[in-house]
Amino acid sequence: MNDNDTVLSVKELQVAFRTRSGEVQGVRNVTFDLKKGEALAIVGESGSGKSVTAQSIMRLIPSPPGMVKGGTIQFNGQNILKKSEKEMEAIRGKEMGMIFQDPMTSLNPTMTIGRQITEVLIKHQNMDKKQARLRAIEMLRLVGLPSPDQRFSQYPHEFSGGMRQRAMIAIALACDPTLLIADEPTTALDVTIQAQILELMKDLQERLGTSIILITHDLGIVADMCDRVIVMYAGKVVEEGTKDEIFKNPKHPYTRGLLRSLPRLDQPKDEPLIPIDGTPPNMANPPIGCAFCDRCDFAMKICTEVDSKMITHSETHASRCWLHHSSYREE
Amino acid sequence: MIRFLLRKTVNIVLSLFVLATATFFLMKAIPGDPFMQEKNVPDVVRQNLIKFYGFDKPMWEQYLVYLNNLIHLDLGMSMRQQYQSVSDIIARSFTYSLQLGLVAIVVSIIVGIAVGLIAALYHRKLIDKLAMLFATLGIAVPNFVLGTIIQYYFANKFRFFDVAGLNDPSDFVLPTIALSVLPIAFIARLTRSTMLEVLSADYIRTAKAKGIGSLTILIRHALRNGLLPVVSYVGPMTANIITGSVVVESIFGIAGLGKFFTMSVSNRDYTLIMGITLFYAAILMFARFLTDIAYALIDPRIKMMKKGGGGHAAG
Ligand SMILES: Nc1ncnc2c1ncn2[C@@H]1O[C@H](COP(=O)(O)OP(=O)(O)O)[C@@H](O)[C@H]1O
Ligand SMILES: [Mg+2]
Repeated sequence: MNDNDTVLSVKELQVAFRTRSGEVQGVRNVTFDLKKGEALAIVGESGSGKSVTAQSIMRLIPSPPGMVKGGTIQFNGQNILKKSEKEMEAIRGKEMGMIFQDPMTSLNPTMTIGRQITEVLIKHQNMDKKQARLRAIEMLRLVGLPSPDQRFSQYPHEFSGGMRQRAMIAIALACDPTLLIADEPTTALDVTIQAQILELMKDLQERLGTSIILITHDLGIVADMCDRVIVMYAGKVVEEGTKDEIFKNPKHPYTRGLLRSLPRLDQPKDEPLIPIDGTPPNMANPPIGCAFCDRCDFAMKICTEVDSKMITHSETHASRCWLHHSSYREE
Repeated sequence: MIRFLLRKTVNIVLSLFVLATATFFLMKAIPGDPFMQEKNVPDVVRQNLIKFYGFDKPMWEQYLVYLNNLIHLDLGMSMRQQYQSVSDIIARSFTYSLQLGLVAIVVSIIVGIAVGLIAALYHRKLIDKLAMLFATLGIAVPNFVLGTIIQYYFANKFRFFDVAGLNDPSDFVLPTIALSVLPIAFIARLTRSTMLEVLSADYIRTAKAKGIGSLTILIRHALRNGLLPVVSYVGPMTANIITGSVVVESIFGIAGLGKFFTMSVSNRDYTLIMGITLFYAAILMFARFLTDIAYALIDPRIKMMKKGGGGHAAG
């Protein structure tokens, strides 16, 4: 792996939330890299720490109650966790953009779409109002909104859900960021519109060479547009690999369960979905061993006692499971 | 825009008409006439009075005359204040109530919003707790208690201010405090709770993700959305305050509208009661009207103007 190509490097990230029921461990020692122009998917059940990971990269964890307890985040050669709030403001929206799950609530209802785009341009690109307007209209056109001149001065309530998400994409990409983080960008949309939005993101990513972190439930999306996949469970990375490795040769029982349980746009409808039994552990008091062992058909004694390290299967593929330890394989 | 204003105006006129009719017949339904209490009035005089005010005519005729006068903004002659028309009394006393009221409103809005904003920004910190303690007290303490206390200490005891009257600027201080504390407390609580809600909204997170600074976010993104409920409270409150507070006006000896209203009720001054009631209603509706306009200006989702075909969203 060439370091010059690495846009983002997250190491041993730990994030916790102080709540009434104790300290909830949102993210536990997450480590991963992202290369220039790469599309990385983070998948996992809800509550597994995907959004917290993404928000940590943008330094958007609400604090209190959230706090980064350890680890480093290296982005474009800068140590994100050491930045002051002011320095972060200069990075957010310029070098990294973010798209959120719910386009109905993620845009300011009392501000025109145009203003919400020009705002970020004026802030980061030293543009005056007129230049920003031209660029914003260009962005609206780029994300496929018809008659962008008119759309520019409309308010979010005059847009449909899909159009709002297009506008969100326009905002996130307006300053041509190195990194785009999309947190379940299509979950709240109609199925037909989901495909259009994904198509658009894929197209723009290829054209602009942006690196993408795509957080999703939907493995169909992953198959469609990502190069690499990280599977998260209970705040940890349990498996990591290229798309082919994850889909064709999943190693962790959780990944296998996930592949059986989640719908895939690219899959024949008649294939049955088998949900994973049980529920994720309570993260205020996470198990010392493997967090998945209660729900795992292959759990061994060691699984309840100590959690496994990441075990390498190939240069790009690794999983966190005792089954693949040479010394336990016979079990 | 024009249509919106027109519709609202028609609405107000209709409501006032209904109200005028209702007060008219309610007044008539009260047994006795206004001259009954005066035992030693000779019968002839009494008959003359009744004739002067038209009470001998059939009810429907009285009603029509009343409506006709109303259209010409003639509310009739007071039945107790000699030779004074109701319109004059209202105009004169309203000047006092309006002056004092406007000062109190401006103070309430500025202080209320400021306190609420600070409390929201320092959520759960000491400042927030103090502010909310103050707000709770402000709501709990009735203004006649507050008015009497500040009058006793600052006017009677330490003589910082005059006890009564509304002659020079310093006379405004105590009644303004007495009038403003409750609205300040209300606005502060309202501002705080809506700002807290707005600040945790998704679009605020979006603004942060765009790299917008927190002060700009507060002013540009949060305030406008957070002030909507405050605006809807301020409208009726304004009407309430400028029409004069009975309590505060009597404590501080101000010859305002509130004072005349109590007087008219205890005097059975029918024409004055009806006049002031209608005036109150008109002010209230006008305030509502302004609120609606303000609301529509702040929130684009409220359809005020009919823009050609805009709002059609398609996939
Ligand atoms: N503001 C918060 N307060 C307390 N706990 C939180 C907060 N945000 C996230 N968490 C916890 O962190 C964990 C990971 O959440 P999240 O990253 O949102 O999951 P997801 O994978 O569904 O995006 C969950 O256990 C969640 O309860
Ligand atoms: Mg999430």
